[in-house]
Amino acid sequence: MATKSKSRNQYKKMTMSPKEYQSFAKTMEPPRSILGNCLKAFVFGGAICVIGQAIQEMFVHLMGMSQEAASNPTVATLILISVILTSLGVYDKIAQWAGAGSAVPVTGFANSMCSAALEHRSEGLVLGVGGNMFKLAGSVIVYGTVAAFFVGIAHLILGTGGQ
Amino acid sequence: MIFFWAFVVGGAICVLGQLMFDVLKLTPAHTMSTLVVIGAIVDGFDLYEPLVKFAGAGATVPITSFGNALVHGALTELHDQGWIGVISGIFKVTSAGISAAIIFSFLAALVVRPKG
Repeated sequence: MATKSKSRNQYKKMTMSPKEYQSFAKTMEPPRSILGNCLKAFVFGGAICVIGQAIQEMFVHLMGMSQEAASNPTVATLILISVILTSLGVYDKIAQWAGAGSAVPVTGFANSMCSAALEHRSEGLVLGVGGNMFKLAGSVIVYGTVAAFFVGIAHLILGTGGQ
Repeated sequence: MIFFWAFVVGGAICVLGQLMFDVLKLTPAHTMSTLVVIGAIVDGFDLYEPLVKFAGAGATVPITSFGNALVHGALTELHDQGWIGVISGIFKVTSAGISAAIIFSFLAALVVRPKG
């Protein structure tokens, strides 16, 4: 018994307390340049929005849609582009550079769905592709829907009744 | 001019996301969910539509517009159909985005062999 507790004490000495470990791990983390990352995200995210705007103008001027009606096909086109880039393995490379700049636009939403679908393709079309497609995007849909519900209820209670 | 503001506003929303990554150390899923909820709340105060008018795709392309569209559908149906609209209207506007993402992703999974 005595030896056991002794060895346990030794063992304890060899490991670090969680606090020590955390400060140790922090010294090992690659330095994150927040400003640089933000700049990349700004440029890349802005660029995707400019592309979106260009696609939207195209729908407005070539197909005679109103600005509002054109936003749906615009989003669909961006999603198609994102899915193609994901399938070619390009989008993930961009994402490593652009960080939130590629994740926050709707293209990042499509990327998360498409990459989940591709990743689980080997598990079959139903359980793999069907079951895992919303693995990452699901949280966005769930929280968006719940938030929209509560906002709707708030408007209902306050009697503002929507637009 | 709309291109300029689309760039600035869209970029700014992405910076917000990047700050959540780097400063708050949130995972991408947490960040996206938070942004969607922010978009929904902003539209609840009727402030997202002016932003769309001002910045065009700068406001409609980031994921915040997904929250905005969910609320927009709910409120429009609430206006037209009464209380049940809160439930039935939520996905009315976002259908294009979600359907397109599902269909294209599925087709991609049929055709493409995953890399890596």
